[in-house]
Amino acid sequence: MAPITLDHITKRYPDGSLAVNDFNLQIQDGEFVILVGPSGCGKSTTLNMIAGLEDITSGELLIGGAVVNNKSPKDRDIAMVFQSYALYPHMTVRENMGFALKLAKVPKDVINQKVEEAARILDLTQHLDRKPANLSGGQRQRVAMGRAIVRDPAAFLMDEPLSNLDAKLRVQMRTQVSRIQRRLGTTTVYVTHDQVEALTLGDRVAVMRSGLLQQVGTPGELYHRPFNLFVAGFIGSPAMNFLPGSLEGGALRTALGDFPLTDELRREVEGANAGRDVIVGIRPENFEDAALVPAETRARGITFKTAIDVLESIGSDVFVYFTRGRDTRVSSAELDELAADSGSTDTGADAETVTARLDAATRVREGTDAELWADGAAIHVFDPATGRNLSLAAKAGDPVPPAPQQEGSAS
Amino acid sequence: MAALTGKQQTGWTAANFVVIVLALIPVAWLVSLSFKAPSAVTDPSFWPAQWTWGNYSGILTSAQFLRPLVNSIGIGLISTFISVVLASMAAYAVARLSFPGKSVLIGLALLIAMFPLIALVTPMFTIERSLGLFNTWFGLIIPYVAFGLPLGIYTLSAFFREIPWELEKAAKMDGASPFQAFTLVIAPLAAPGMVTTAILVFLACWNDFLLAISFTSTISSRTAPAAMEYFSGGSVFTTPTGPISAAAVVITIPIIIFVLFFQRRIVAGLTSGAVKG
Repeated sequence: MAPITLDHITKRYPDGSLAVNDFNLQIQDGEFVILVGPSGCGKSTTLNMIAGLEDITSGELLIGGAVVNNKSPKDRDIAMVFQSYALYPHMTVRENMGFALKLAKVPKDVINQKVEEAARILDLTQHLDRKPANLSGGQRQRVAMGRAIVRDPAAFLMDEPLSNLDAKLRVQMRTQVSRIQRRLGTTTVYVTHDQVEALTLGDRVAVMRSGLLQQVGTPGELYHRPFNLFVAGFIGSPAMNFLPGSLEGGALRTALGDFPLTDELRREVEGANAGRDVIVGIRPENFEDAALVPAETRARGITFKTAIDVLESIGSDVFVYFTRGRDTRVSSAELDELAADSGSTDTGADAETVTARLDAATRVREGTDAELWADGAAIHVFDPATGRNLSLAAKAGDPVPPAPQQEGSAS
Repeated sequence: MAALTGKQQTGWTAANFVVIVLALIPVAWLVSLSFKAPSAVTDPSFWPAQWTWGNYSGILTSAQFLRPLVNSIGIGLISTFISVVLASMAAYAVARLSFPGKSVLIGLALLIAMFPLIALVTPMFTIERSLGLFNTWFGLIIPYVAFGLPLGIYTLSAFFREIPWELEKAAKMDGASPFQAFTLVIAPLAAPGMVTTAILVFLACWNDFLLAISFTSTISSRTAPAAMEYFSGGSVFTTPTGPISAAAVVITIPIIIFVLFFQRRIVAGLTSGAVKG
């Protein structure tokens, strides 16, 4: 158990491409930190550098206070769980789990005892003498976890350990990973491209894009106070809606209507010198069926009429989709990248569609016009040129809202 | 592959049958000759009228055959062992690492394999004479290893490429040195490839005639195929057809056993279960 410090870590490949650029992160002893981002953002490279499987071009990596840049993986006292599990196919589960201890010349009875204890935690006791080929995907995943646990290392590194499991098993294993980490209290760095996994597992989440760290924070911070367009669009499922807006007088004009601007927000936006055109972000749950909004909160936002294209009821909530009018596409490199990553450019999903999450009690019907309400206090305003969130200061005074409900919206 | 129609199936069966018969007739003939008495060799019947063990007892009690048989086994096994060990290391490097001169190395290995052996015999003979390797075991082992390596490197690098790279990373994370990762994780998984390579190299050594006859002069290092050349008949006027046939049958048996024994390992897909679910 040890803290891990990444101090100005940079990875440049021999061909000159920059995989990780000036990465700074302090991971506390026992903390569970998630590295998340779309594929190719450098998160796995960062993990491999912590593991010692890739060289660090510049910067310092400290594990337990000691610089380990030039130490080989075996001298770093860390265990890793691979996406493919990488179990040794010619060894039984017991041998797989005890391999590291055997190499460390730990006495046989101690190995046996540790392996059996790990097997008990992971519910693998009856499979100890089987070969990986005879195990199911979930069992293999647990063996891979067990191989890390028996070592009792300074830190666990996990590289998308759940992405090969089917959706249901993934949710179960997610809970188990979390429970094991709490129980052992071992510092853990976990890489994933799945933002739901990131938000549910992590004490803190680090969002990466193109080798650059975008934001580090608790899941709640990332969700409610994203630093920029990328984090705002990446975190949250369904994703935040983005619409073009312009500042006119004291109001923020959008295709949905004019949002009243608080003085704080106006000052911030004007101070940023961002020009009059901005991008407005609204999360799906910041919409509501206008009929269900109490009069006293109604004034905080705007109401508008729209035709509901599609309605999906998942019992606890109702998702509605509507278009917000022509020529309202926002363009930004960050949003384009997010769209490419989520596959919406391949599926032809319409970027002009707005998603709203309504209370299950709504009477809105598919194909009809409905009156919806959008919460003006919850909107985010972004500078289209830099992607920076201009409304952060305005939200500084807000109490940190409760963590979002993610389970139901797992995609 | 689409299922064969009845007509196609009959056609293929017939074709296979023809090929097998064509391949086996000479073998059957050889076996038949080995059981004929010297006087019956010219006998027109395919199978001997009188079966005799005479040829076998003759060669198996003669140092002219037994000593070369021992040489064949010894030289073959040592050459195979050295080839497989060196080839697996080289193949691993070729499959896993990128280093300057890698393509040159592969090209050179191919070049050795493509060179006509007969063109090399004379220079190698001179070299072996001057190095004092002529008519020794190592005089044969060194060229056998040299010609076995290209084959071994090719076969094994294909096997190494199939082994998931992450297994080695996992071994490193588990605290293995590069050598331990290779011997404890990678090599066991490449075992089918190593066995395949070993069989191919051993066969090449075992069956070699050209080098064996060129680089040896006495039975102290002559191998079995070369020794058969020196068999003599009952008199100057009789050819030793029977003993040669018997010797040919005897040296074929180890090969059959070798292949049958390792066949299962060759085809076994050992890497299943390494990754994913």
